[in-house]
Amino acid sequence: MAAINRDDVAHLARLAHIEMSAEELDRMAGELAVIVDSVKSVSEAAGDDVPATSHPIPLNNVFREDVVGHTFTAEQALSGAPDSFEGRFKVPAILDED
Amino acid sequence: MSTDAILSFEEAMEKYDPVLGFEVHVELNTKTKMFSSAPNVFGDEPNTNVNEVDLGMPGVLPVVNKTAVESSIKIGLALNCKIAESCRFARKNYFYPDTPKNFQTSQYDEPIAYDGYLDIELSDGTVFRVEIERAHMEEDAGKLTHMGGATGRIQGADYSLVDYNRSGVPLVEIVTKPIEGAGSRAPELAKAYVAAVREIVKNLGVSDAKMERGNVRCDANVSLRPHGRERFGIRSETKNVNSLRAVEHAVRYEIQRHAAVLDSGEPVIQETRHWHEDTRTTTSGRAKSDADDYRYFPEPDLVPVLASREWVEELRATLPEPPAARRKRLQADWGYSDLEFRDVVNAGVMDSIEETIAAGASASVARKWWMGEIVGRAKTADVDPSELGVTPETIVELNKLVEGGKINNKMASQVLEGVLAGEGTPAEIVEKRGLAVVSDDGPLLEAIDAALAAQPDVAEKIRSGKLQAIGAIVGGVMKATRGQADAGRVKELILEKLGVEG
Repeated sequence: MAAINRDDVAHLARLAHIEMSAEELDRMAGELAVIVDSVKSVSEAAGDDVPATSHPIPLNNVFREDVVGHTFTAEQALSGAPDSFEGRFKVPAILDED
Repeated sequence: MSTDAILSFEEAMEKYDPVLGFEVHVELNTKTKMFSSAPNVFGDEPNTNVNEVDLGMPGVLPVVNKTAVESSIKIGLALNCKIAESCRFARKNYFYPDTPKNFQTSQYDEPIAYDGYLDIELSDGTVFRVEIERAHMEEDAGKLTHMGGATGRIQGADYSLVDYNRSGVPLVEIVTKPIEGAGSRAPELAKAYVAAVREIVKNLGVSDAKMERGNVRCDANVSLRPHGRERFGIRSETKNVNSLRAVEHAVRYEIQRHAAVLDSGEPVIQETRHWHEDTRTTTSGRAKSDADDYRYFPEPDLVPVLASREWVEELRATLPEPPAARRKRLQADWGYSDLEFRDVVNAGVMDSIEETIAAGASASVARKWWMGEIVGRAKTADVDPSELGVTPETIVELNKLVEGGKINNKMASQVLEGVLAGEGTPAEIVEKRGLAVVSDDGPLLEAIDAALAAQPDVAEKIRSGKLQAIGAIVGGVMKATRGQADAGRVKELILEKLGVEG
């Protein structure tokens, strides 16, 4: 059984900006451990001769020429913004980070 | 905000050995962004150089800019790096409004360039090798403006405004290995290193390299250890160090601050520090914590970049002569002494002199003009000498007029003034301002007679062979002709008149 404790879950929740209750943290610690174990079984199937893959299709060098394409107007860009001011997105001041 | 204690730099150096490290971000000057076809342009109206990819809208797919990859390979080659045969992009996850995607597309364990070095020449000619750990591709973040509060800093701000025009601009981040052994030259080395990187990317033509616009940005890592100890001390990372002078000052300040912390018996806190140009000090940012747990993973929306050896060699063949090699070659070609050449470089007129020589001037004439008259005028006007408006052709023409005896040096200065005022070509200005030297010997001989008569004792000295006394007579003639005489010709005529061999 993978060792995922309550503190690990609380840490992940904070990194992911997810608010979790005490019960949720307890329950998730158990569930995540099972999930990690399940994923781990993949490494049992793949031997050293199987390279790691990050993409399902073996493609490479998919490039775009450096030619300017379409853009939005500021109005379009901001059309879905919860709040805006003078052509810019307005967001709450976030302290403790930079 | 409390002020940190610092030791004097000398005392800090006596007790401790500094270790440096730099992360330099270079914005590429491609026409479009790293992963979207939106324009990469500085200074436009906010949020107009964006499309759905830059705004991180659901379901969009990034596509890599080929030119940005080529520029990155060129930077890697210029830094003497190996170029990875295969590399990938990775997601660096964090929540902050400067990225609408909640991750920055970067490279993690597979940078495009690695294991390089740069030889840095210090002001006295000492060469210091800085090892390059890696140079990787990534994208820039949007620009936040903190509103409200007193200082425009985030502390006390009421809200922030975000402009995503910069979001997705191609960046190459160059990371050094720990730099040991710089000793008390650490601040100077820091400045020289960043200057060298800036010069290289500018010379490659892959970045506009304007630090004041943030095209080249530096984070400086500093740690101290007692002399003789191998293990590194705890480091601080100073951000926002965005001028060459600031890099030097920030490293010096952090050395002094660390030394005071260590002397007090406390451990140095591993943290981000912010550089403040106004006070030339740093303040604490956030401590390194799990906020730095970026959970990198391979970017599933992008496929690997394979740099075939043929492609790399093709790009290598396009590299311009490295700036340091070019300087060596030019100095040898021009026959300037080390000191003369250093002055030329520091005055920022090396390129101008090269162009002037190409236009037909000799190396010494080009240097005389650029380092004398032009540098002086540029200083007064507070512009770069090359931006004063003097063309190489102007200098060549001015010099011809002087050498041909049409005007003297003093007049040449007035002619230059006329050129800068837009009065026309040097020849036209000589004409218009009536500046030609008096070359008709008649008036000169009259003036010489008068000067000799006025100073009979000087005339006697010259006759008896004390040729250095001739200056007094020449001066009298120049005065009488209001500077319009050719001093060389005046001298000849005086000697002739007195029957003395020159």
